[in-house]
Amino acid sequence: MFARGLKRKCAEDEEAAPAYSLQRQSLLDMSLVKLQLCHMLVEPNLCRSVLIANTVRQIQEEMTQDGSWCVPVPQTAGRASRDRLVSTEILCRSAREGARPAHDPGDPASELQVVPAAQAPGAPPGGVWDGDGPRENRGSFHKSLDQIFETLESQSPGAVQELFSDVDGSYYDLDAVLTGMVGGAKSGQDGLEAFAATAAPSPSAGCKSDLGELDHVVEILVET
Amino acid sequence: MVGWRSQSRDLQQDAILADRASSQDPLGSPLPKMIPGIGAFTQDTLWCFSQVKGTMETGTTEADIISTVEFNHTGELLATGDKGGRVVIFQREQESKNQVHRRGEYNVYSTFQSHEPEFDYLKSLEIEEKINKIRWLPQQNAAYFLLSTNDKTVKLWKVSERDKRPEGYNLKDEEGRLRDPATITTLRVPVLRPMDLMVEATPRRVFANAHTYHINSISVNSDYETYMSADDLRINLWNFEITNQSFNIVDIKPANMEELTEVITAAEFHPHHCNTFVYSSSKGTIRLCDMRASALCDRHTKFFEEPEDPSNRSFFSEIISSISDVKFSHSGRYIMTRDYLTVKVWDLNMENRPIETYQVHDYLRSKLCSLYENDCIFDKFECVWNGSDSVIMTGSYNNFFRMFDRNTKRDVTLEASRENSKPRAILKPRKVCVGGKRRKDEISVDSLDFSKKILHTAWHPSENIIAVAATNNLYIFQDKVN
Repeated sequence: MFARGLKRKCAEDEEAAPAYSLQRQSLLDMSLVKLQLCHMLVEPNLCRSVLIANTVRQIQEEMTQDGSWCVPVPQTAGRASRDRLVSTEILCRSAREGARPAHDPGDPASELQVVPAAQAPGAPPGGVWDGDGPRENRGSFHKSLDQIFETLESQSPGAVQELFSDVDGSYYDLDAVLTGMVGGAKSGQDGLEAFAATAAPSPSAGCKSDLGELDHVVEILVET
Repeated sequence: MVGWRSQSRDLQQDAILADRASSQDPLGSPLPKMIPGIGAFTQDTLWCFSQVKGTMETGTTEADIISTVEFNHTGELLATGDKGGRVVIFQREQESKNQVHRRGEYNVYSTFQSHEPEFDYLKSLEIEEKINKIRWLPQQNAAYFLLSTNDKTVKLWKVSERDKRPEGYNLKDEEGRLRDPATITTLRVPVLRPMDLMVEATPRRVFANAHTYHINSISVNSDYETYMSADDLRINLWNFEITNQSFNIVDIKPANMEELTEVITAAEFHPHHCNTFVYSSSKGTIRLCDMRASALCDRHTKFFEEPEDPSNRSFFSEIISSISDVKFSHSGRYIMTRDYLTVKVWDLNMENRPIETYQVHDYLRSKLCSLYENDCIFDKFECVWNGSDSVIMTGSYNNFFRMFDRNTKRDVTLEASRENSKPRAILKPRKVCVGGKRRKDEISVDSLDFSKKILHTAWHPSENIIAVAATNNLYIFQDKVN
């Protein structure tokens, strides 16, 4: 069922993803989830982890050859690939996407679009993979795989935390994402805009509404 | 021998095999005498249910799941290890003249807790007490010795009988309390009096702290003085007498763990040459090493690998090529390997491909994605030789197990189930229907129960008696008695 067959270039078909590419992507996602589900009480099975990691490498190599592992430059292509990300990242938690500065800053709607994905129940933290993202080039992908192995090597829960250390922990708090308070100045501006768009009926940001938002945020933080 | 149905043709065949083997053994060792009568796997060989051990309840406690099965060198004892760290040893009862039709049954001989769950405080991780492997030592005196191992620690157990006890001590009374020497007026010699048979298991050696990764194999050397233990990345050589030291003989850990792509999956010593051993890998390769070459056997003497079939290539090719078990034949001429879909027999003199390949359940090839999803693709099946190396056996799903006769090229699928468990009931061959019309007795691939897997089996060293572990039950089958 996964026999090598059709190879398609990424640029050729953005509208209708061929079955093979979808299946391959789904296999990739499944593999990544399997690698991360090693959060354990007992040490993970090294043989299994190595075999899954090798499978991931294989897929990634093929995707690189195909050109499917591409960096989107034009806006439309970028939008399409981000849409694709939404569907696949049901498996890999993508809370960070919601607060990331949008590629087209004038469109908070795109941020909102991604937020529901982060609400997917039971989605494991996929910070590392999302942080680098399939948009990134091969180098950072390998980095992520290697981090996994260093984690397995050190075999301590502390190391697993380190794996996600570059991801702000508060990203996993949906409320924090919505309020756009995460990441400080980096994404604060856009995040607040997004929040304002959903919460407040009027887009005007006066002093009063800012204070109101701050109270709301403090309320949430205090409760959690 | 009781219960043999041997046709003259098969005796002839065995004799020919024995001659061929002895004249052509490349390693020049004297072969054990081929036992005539075994290996006759004609249509006349019928397997019958003999016994089943374990609870019948459907709700299984995890601790009762059998994780290893092993006969000792005479076949008198059968040991099982389970996930709860316990070892249960069965002993074959003496065959009585009165019951010619009933071959010796196996009854519980000894039960003991071999390993306990541990906690590694440095890594904040639990160490499972599950017994990964048991290996018997050859018997050298009245006591029995076996090695049992979990992920981290190997233990040598002594199992001995006590059927007499001394009575009549001078300094102690009957309850063992010390007597006041002033009250002793006469001396007597203590005598041994019979008592109810007691079987004791005592840990004689504990070989710990030598493995960073999970131990997957142990193997007793033919010198009976040393043994090896293998984990995912390293193999250590031990002397039975020394527990605080071991020699590292194989180390495939890369300097940079990021470069790790292959692990050790199984290892075994050659049955006759104490300097030779093999180990298999997750990439489907086998390496044969000679300890005389160097202290660290980094460079193999032989490297066995079958070239990949390009027409069958998929993303799962590597995973299904990972070898889950490797076993030398009793003769020492061949090695058998088990990967996910096949069993292969290799001649030690031919490294570039196996001499025989047997399909265990090729109908699973189109289901690999689902089996990857539910993790079944990572199941580690074992394989075993019969006493004469003419038949090989391995397990499958749905409590099926398969036997392949290397001479007749015939194979059979049998099932370990309670339904077939009437005394001396003949096992009916099973068949999996791969497509199209399913016949009455066949079972379709989609109906297979993948939670019922037979990973561990054992074959008596000289008779047609097999032990099959089905989750928490141990089935014993024998060939039909006349």
